[in-house]
Amino acid sequence: MSSRLEVAVALAYRQTTVLLKNPSLFLPPMLFPLMNFVAFAGGLSRLRHVPGFNFSGGYTAFQFVFVLLQSAVFGGVFTGFGIARDFERGFARRLLVSAPERGGIILGYAIAALLRWLMIATVLTVVALIAGMKVGGSGVDLFGLYGLAILFNQVGLLWACGIAMRLRTIQAAPLMQTPVFLVLFLAPVYVPLHLLQGWIHAVARVNPLTFLLEAGRGLIEGQPTQLAAAFGTAAILLAVFMVWARTGLARAERAG
Amino acid sequence: MPARDAGIVVEGLVREFKDVRAVDGIDLEISPGEIYGFLGPNGAGKSTTVHMLTTLLPPTAGRATVAGYDVVRDGARVRARIGAALQETALDPFLSGREHLRLQASLHGIRGAKRTTLQDDLLARVGLTQAADRKIRTYSGGMKRRLDLALALIHNPSMLFLDEPTTGLDPQSRAALWEEVGRLSRHEGVTVFLTTQYLEEADVLADRVGIIDHGHIVAEGTPTQLKAEIGRSTVEVVPESPEETPRLSALLTRFGVPTAGKPGATAVQLEGRDGLADVVRALDLEGLRTAEINLHSPSLDDVFLAKTGRTLEGADEEPA
Amino acid sequence: MEVAHQVWLIARRSLLRTARQPGTWVPPLLFPLMLMAVNSNGLRAATHLPGFPTHSFLAFFIPFSFMQGALFASGIAGVDLARDIDTGFLNRLALTPVRGSALLLGQIGGALGLGAAQAVVYLSVALAAGVHIDAGVGGAVLILVLAVGAAAGFGGLGLFLALRTGSGEGVQSMFPLLFFLLLVSSMNLPRNLIEVGWFRDLATINPVSYLIEALRSLVIQGWNGEALGLGFGFTAALIAVSMLLAARQLRVRMTRT
Repeated sequence: MSSRLEVAVALAYRQTTVLLKNPSLFLPPMLFPLMNFVAFAGGLSRLRHVPGFNFSGGYTAFQFVFVLLQSAVFGGVFTGFGIARDFERGFARRLLVSAPERGGIILGYAIAALLRWLMIATVLTVVALIAGMKVGGSGVDLFGLYGLAILFNQVGLLWACGIAMRLRTIQAAPLMQTPVFLVLFLAPVYVPLHLLQGWIHAVARVNPLTFLLEAGRGLIEGQPTQLAAAFGTAAILLAVFMVWARTGLARAERAG
Repeated sequence: MPARDAGIVVEGLVREFKDVRAVDGIDLEISPGEIYGFLGPNGAGKSTTVHMLTTLLPPTAGRATVAGYDVVRDGARVRARIGAALQETALDPFLSGREHLRLQASLHGIRGAKRTTLQDDLLARVGLTQAADRKIRTYSGGMKRRLDLALALIHNPSMLFLDEPTTGLDPQSRAALWEEVGRLSRHEGVTVFLTTQYLEEADVLADRVGIIDHGHIVAEGTPTQLKAEIGRSTVEVVPESPEETPRLSALLTRFGVPTAGKPGATAVQLEGRDGLADVVRALDLEGLRTAEINLHSPSLDDVFLAKTGRTLEGADEEPA
Repeated sequence: MEVAHQVWLIARRSLLRTARQPGTWVPPLLFPLMLMAVNSNGLRAATHLPGFPTHSFLAFFIPFSFMQGALFASGIAGVDLARDIDTGFLNRLALTPVRGSALLLGQIGGALGLGAAQAVVYLSVALAAGVHIDAGVGGAVLILVLAVGAAAGFGGLGLFLALRTGSGEGVQSMFPLLFFLLLVSSMNLPRNLIEVGWFRDLATINPVSYLIEALRSLVIQGWNGEALGLGFGFTAALIAVSMLLAARQLRVRMTRT
């Protein structure tokens, strides 16, 4: 195994162990999307009767896609909280000194974010299926849906990682969280894009998450749409935030 | 009317927490105007005793009267007559020093011009006039302790409880606090109950010292009396050449009981009437050349060691 | 009179502390406004549903902002008291003649001040955005009263949690549960339009629904005696229960003789 991968695997193992041993770290990112899912799918299902609401997959599936993406990006952001905590407690400094290949550090945190999210996604999916969610898409479609979510998870992690490595304090948590929250809710959360009106429609049209949401909903419905735009957007975001995270690591290295 | 005038009387005081007996039947009698030092390692029961005497914790058994009032039956009357600066400085980081004093005075029913005068006087006494309107979070540790003392005095109590008041302070701040405590006792007749784990503090400040360990009082008296009970000084000698150590040890054991010394030194606790001069004469007669000779007088730590088999410093490292 | 003065002294401190921590009160002020803006537009399509009681989703949704504000207030009251326990300041207060009841009522002062300020801000923003209060000026006043009452009730819960756990983390750990209470209510749709049976049942037994509906009735219906009665009733019950719990827990935490 290359030393970069060794560092990454060791770090991911450590992050995952810390997570599983600390319910206070593990539960909130699990509960928050579940609560939203219950509230939106349970409380707002009547919205499918709004004239023009043309999603055939049922409101549960409609909301499941949003909550899946929400949990994915917040899985990355919560891992970013852990990075900030590691800097505050001195662990990250030791890591920078001892890791033979520092590129493995970001990769390690990325793997940890993915593992964290996979656990949450499993629970979410099971709950949604128990709630009677209709899945119109094929295996390939679902692979695409979860693939989009994985990409979004990594985007969230890289964003938060860049902040954490620049500021190196848990006080930066609101800065990691708030823009992500805004991106999430300035999107077609409750109804499809064409049913939004006014300024929120204008904002949602250019919001990158909208492409992922619309594509994801098409995939779960079994009517794939805007896949190129969605995956293209995700790839661009990934590239941009990879640079953001890497330059953040460089800043942390220079700070000592 | 209280049964007897101010002072503290404690009889068989006990405090249990689940399966731990933090205070295991202590008896005390402290006269008005006295500074009483309560010395012991961490976990000995000092703070628990203070909490009971200041009515913050009911005793499991036993009795205590403070300023003439029973701490259980007359808690409110006790609190009106005591001031306390407990182990935590217990200050609000978002209030200023003056605002703390204002709140404390107001809660004690002191209002208007009298309150303002008292605030200003106390701030001057503890040297915080300049910093009075700054938020506490800008204060140093020493400043916080001084404010803590001022807050304890705002309602003119006849009795003051200080729980490890100089922990974490630099030597200058510590000396300033000692001076103020001494002045309170000498000039204003305030009775002071002081807990500490610093030997020097008890030695310098206290009229009498009680040594507590595992919830029991193991020794009590003036510092001089306690040290005189032990009565034995220690001579510590470092030979010029390490090869001389066996001869040195054999010589010194004629004067006392071997005891621990610093690395490279041989030490004995003197017995009988022999003193340092006799040791020096003997070394000279034997032709033993020395690099260093030290005489250590007994300390309160020696008293603790004699009573408990451990030193006060070592007591902290005991397994629970 | 003495108790009233003590309440004022403790409340004054609580208000000062809250005002001096912008990091504490700016997010609770802004976040509900943000959600108000986002949700009132994102859910505007709901007004097209048959039976939806108003054409303005903002008018429908605004009560949620007051409830969210009240929830944040509970956090502030609780965290401040937890800090007092942690630093020993509660012991300092215990050594003064202050009564336990005065301590609790005063401690909630900061939360009430923030609750009132929030309510005024949300109401002003809503009015500026064109919301019409059907119950008029009197209704607006009652909205403020209910909002502050909710802040007091949730604030009491925050105090109870602080006294029970003795830590700020303990207080904050309950926040998701309280937020969940907000989510499973009639915050987004009227109860009669909630399709999913179990969710509608949950919203029906959830006291928060009645607080929201009382506020909402003043905005979109005018004077609805039943809604107001239930809303005020639950608010009073929440205040009573939370303060009773807090008082009992204070006796355990502050064991002065």
